[in-house]
Amino acid sequence: MRQYHDMGGLPAGPIDRHEHESALWEKRVDALLMLLAGRKPPLMRVDELRRGIEQLPPDAYDRLSYYERWISSISAILVEKGVLDQAELEARVAEVRARAEGAG
Amino acid sequence: MARFAPGEAVHVQDRHPAGHLRTPAYCRGKRGVVERICGSFGQPESYGFGGDGKPFQPLYRVRFEQARIWPDYDGPATDTVEIEIFEHWLDPAG
Repeated sequence: MRQYHDMGGLPAGPIDRHEHESALWEKRVDALLMLLAGRKPPLMRVDELRRGIEQLPPDAYDRLSYYERWISSISAILVEKGVLDQAELEARVAEVRARAEGAG
Repeated sequence: MARFAPGEAVHVQDRHPAGHLRTPAYCRGKRGVVERICGSFGQPESYGFGGDGKPFQPLYRVRFEQARIWPDYDGPATDTVEIEIFEHWLDPAG
């Protein structure tokens, strides 16, 4: 009945109130959505971002951090809408990963 | 044109369709009172899937008594929670 993400009122334990800095990649993910949503007409709306997050499998929903959920949803929605090509996206991720490993 | 006026009692529909819903499960089936009319907006249920949001619908801020929401609520009886809910989720409460 209740969708997995719709957690209002469930036991959640204590809240972590520590302040933390956003990582550069997290700021970039935020900026990416602003640019996509700010287009006229938008390439992607915040409502689609939320829907994509809600469609994450429960284990991924629990495991991913806030902006990891965002980028997972943005990627899935842009592939769904034909803005990105899945194969192209995977090739680019492999390229970036190889570069990062080379640098490490 | 808004169907409900501030001060009017409403009942949130207790339905659980698939899709992108902005009406939290915990308030469905509960009774509240319209606190204000927020305006008329496109539908997240449509926008969430790339739609145009039409038809635009009145959005209400509905005030609930916490004790009506949570069966075991032990805070003060005056505690309330306000949730913004679109008109097609609301029925008149007798």
